[in-house]
Amino acid sequence: MTGKQPYVGQALDSPHAFTLAPGPTKHTQYPYVTGTSVLGIKYKDGVLIAADTAGSYGSTVRYKSVERLKPCGKHCLIGASGEISDFQQILTYVDKLILNDYMWDDGNNLSPRDIHNYLTRVMYNKRNNFDPLWNTLVIGGVKNGEKYLGVVTMIGVQFEDNHVASGFGNHLARPIFRDEWHENMTLEEGTQLLEKALTVLYYRDRSAINKVQVANITAEGINISEPYALKTNWEYKAFKNPTAGAVGSW
Amino acid sequence: MFRNQYDTDVTTWSPAGRLHQVEYAMEAVKQGSAAIGLRSKTHVVLATVNKASSELLSHQKKLFKIDNHIGIAMAGLTADGRVLSRYMRSECINHNFVYESPLPVGRLVVKVADKAQVCTQRSWKRPYGVGLLVAGTDETGPHLYQNCPSGNYFEYQAFAIGSRSQAAKTYLERKYGTFMECTKEELIRHALFAVKESLQEEELTSSNCGLAVVGIDDKFEIVDQKKLQAYIDSLEDATKEEPAAAEEDQPAHVEAGALLVRESSGGVEIPADGDGPAPMET
Repeated sequence: MTGKQPYVGQALDSPHAFTLAPGPTKHTQYPYVTGTSVLGIKYKDGVLIAADTAGSYGSTVRYKSVERLKPCGKHCLIGASGEISDFQQILTYVDKLILNDYMWDDGNNLSPRDIHNYLTRVMYNKRNNFDPLWNTLVIGGVKNGEKYLGVVTMIGVQFEDNHVASGFGNHLARPIFRDEWHENMTLEEGTQLLEKALTVLYYRDRSAINKVQVANITAEGINISEPYALKTNWEYKAFKNPTAGAVGSW
Repeated sequence: MFRNQYDTDVTTWSPAGRLHQVEYAMEAVKQGSAAIGLRSKTHVVLATVNKASSELLSHQKKLFKIDNHIGIAMAGLTADGRVLSRYMRSECINHNFVYESPLPVGRLVVKVADKAQVCTQRSWKRPYGVGLLVAGTDETGPHLYQNCPSGNYFEYQAFAIGSRSQAAKTYLERKYGTFMECTKEELIRHALFAVKESLQEEELTSSNCGLAVVGIDDKFEIVDQKKLQAYIDSLEDATKEEPAAAEEDQPAHVEAGALLVRESSGGVEIPADGDGPAPMET
């Protein structure tokens, strides 16, 4: 990543002859286009991961068809929240790994665990150089009958669990998962649980939109649904005349 | 193998299209004491002949653990072998650090082969003078490979390298059909019988041979002397084989001499689904 800095020539009698020109800032200081929560749960036949398709530009919901769930190889899926361009960069890294396996063609393939650990090394290394990839990644998959679900954050924190979330999902979805998740849920039960959490996120997370995708990874393969809308209910009495109890401009 | 005017430099071709220095390096492997490897559906066994040049001398270490799932036996310049095993251990541990999973055997073998090839194409280097039998397991099962000083590598069901390896090879050729279904103990017995062939008239004891086993769910382990002696004693109960006559090795070619059941070089056992990989050009 370090290239040669160009030398800027100055008059030979100046005190700054041949100084280094200031190069471009190559460190990610803050995110620009971001994705919000990603949710993941293990169920009977594999792993379900869900996210909406919004790309926010600060407080503006600017892009509404951003695919934040991507398959990597046959066994693994990565979902990302945070800076979308950094996610795209991560996908190129993982793509190289998958391609390497494909070229070897020796029956050995990366498992979700391998990819998770690789990404942890990358995220942690970049964080140590004060040049982070501004993402929280959810990695899930099934290989050799083993269901895998894990998270890596932008500072390189890594863990696995039966249900995970990133961003606001940690505050709004995880409590629901803790109450209602159990081992060996069916596909229907799992999807319903995710949709319940996604609905809550749509109601309460200002960066979320009502256009979501749910990905299902099983031993047979990976299936990412087309984006669809959640059922919402705005007919609650409290929503009518919302300012009735709070007169004033504050 | 006679001296000629094209053998001074490793980077000089002979008019017959041979690199004599590389072939001389393979000769060094043939002079080393024998190393034998064989595999079944679940395990791979490595055995070595440990010849000490004098009674006062302790035996050279020829079996090395590379990782929990890979080990090697060497024949030839064991000093070169130690350097290669340090490289292999380093590669395994680096892979483990990044991926937290074991480096597939076949990929490690190719790394070693590529390293060896470099030494056949630089005028300021010399080829490694050691042949390796690499035994290991990965996702696709147990494997046995041979690494040559030439930079070639081959996968085998069973093989032997080093001096008087032909005797062992003859035994293996006779019996390899049964190896796939062998249990761990049966495989070890076959390995020890093969070592016996290489030892010829000498008696097989736990002090003139070495043994190591690796398998699926079975970490690479060099068998200690007591257990080894127990295995040797159990051989007495099995039927004795007639010792095969030692044969002259074929004159060396750039690829190794008389080979045994060579699988597609560079290839790996094909999994149940999908086609096998295309064999690499030799």
